[in-house]
Amino acid sequence: MNDVYPARSKQVAARMLGGEMMIMSPTDASLFNLNDVGSAIWNAADGRTSLDEIVVRLCDEFEVTPEAARHDAETFVEELAAHGILNLSEQPIVPAASGLQEIK
Amino acid sequence: MSALMEEMNRRALALGVPLGAQLDVTYRCNERCVHCYLDHDDHGEMTTAEMLNVLDQLADAGTLFLTLSGGEVLMRMDFFRILEYARELSFCVKIKTNAFMIGEAEADRMRDLGVNSVQVSIYSHRPEVHDAITLLPRSLERSINGIRFMQQRGLKVIIANVLMRQNFGDYEGVRALADSLGVESTIDPTVTPKMDGDREILGLGIGHQELFEVMRNPGLVGNVDEFCAPPGETTDAMLDEVPCSASHTYCYISPYGDVYPCVQFPLPTGNVRKQKFIDIWRYSPEMNEVRSIRPRELPVCGTCSHVGTCTRCPGLAYMEGNMRGPSSQDCEKSFARTGIPSANMHLKAARANLVQIRVDMPQSVLVN
Repeated sequence: MNDVYPARSKQVAARMLGGEMMIMSPTDASLFNLNDVGSAIWNAADGRTSLDEIVVRLCDEFEVTPEAARHDAETFVEELAAHGILNLSEQPIVPAASGLQEIK
Repeated sequence: MSALMEEMNRRALALGVPLGAQLDVTYRCNERCVHCYLDHDDHGEMTTAEMLNVLDQLADAGTLFLTLSGGEVLMRMDFFRILEYARELSFCVKIKTNAFMIGEAEADRMRDLGVNSVQVSIYSHRPEVHDAITLLPRSLERSINGIRFMQQRGLKVIIANVLMRQNFGDYEGVRALADSLGVESTIDPTVTPKMDGDREILGLGIGHQELFEVMRNPGLVGNVDEFCAPPGETTDAMLDEVPCSASHTYCYISPYGDVYPCVQFPLPTGNVRKQKFIDIWRYSPEMNEVRSIRPRELPVCGTCSHVGTCTRCPGLAYMEGNMRGPSSQDCEKSFARTGIPSANMHLKAARANLVQIRVDMPQSVLVN
């Protein structure tokens, strides 16, 4: 996998509970429970941080080799992207301007 | 409920996290439903900034499932600002509305903001019945239009139907309407007393015969024999379990900032205009009083054969006078379901008999 920029979908519902991230899919309301490593990837997935940078952070934070971290991170982001929970881009994702129009 | 959802609830309970909350953004409403428990006058609703602050505090406390309700939510001009902010904070948002004011633009925004589901109150498939309950002309037509707009945009819509004497004959019609619209439907046989304690509207609720019929409708309850089976032996686990989510993993906040254990449990525990939400949630004596309730120590219900299967609502019991007492409406449901009177019903019958004995005493006894 080439380096990608994962970004959390704005359509999901998510909350930390007891150190683990709970995420509800927007498409089918299915629920995902991320462990501490998955939660760390999720929290770093801001669309501006590349997967390479995230892997470096994982190696700093958890006792894991770069190869294992890279493999797990790639598998993880691909799986979440398949569920519409993460968006993957080959370029940094610039956040859209917030604020929706008022209905007249 | 999925295994993961159960696990999440267990974890929230163990950690003392308010996983779910209902925030009523207003009590104002364009309808005047005959059975409504609210006072629709505005007594000083929270401002937009106060509402957003409450959302911040709920997110910090760990709330994931947020219900935005009223009143009619769209009576607030800033409703979409509140909704938008709730979604920015990644809440899973459910909206309760009468859908009267939902046009294509509103439905678009709800879809774009990733609303999880929208619950719409529909009381009959016939305008003359529905509109006579809402007291708003053309309300059924407008609500159905709103449902269509949302359904067409892929929003999950659930029709909620409160069963009353006035609309009891129409619940199959409402289900057929939901099917034709491609949405889900639920029924609720519970009319809630007004928040000020007035119980007069309970007279609008269905009677025993109607409840009996509902409990035996396989289209509603599934396997009737299983659903209506008499209660089994009471176990220690039943007597020690948490009765419901109120104050444990769920709470309710009014448009005025008052925090309650549940929308159906008007026990004031604090106000977010005066205290931090998390302090109310964790340290309010009233919240902790509700948390302490276990079936084992309930003076009447703890001895009832239905204790393990009853839907006893501590909020309804509170409104009846004692949060540790029985909820007569739930006794009626257990009785209609199984044909076995509850301990509370036996007690009431015994008391009635005592009175009867005194009345029937010979005149000579009464005189002496």
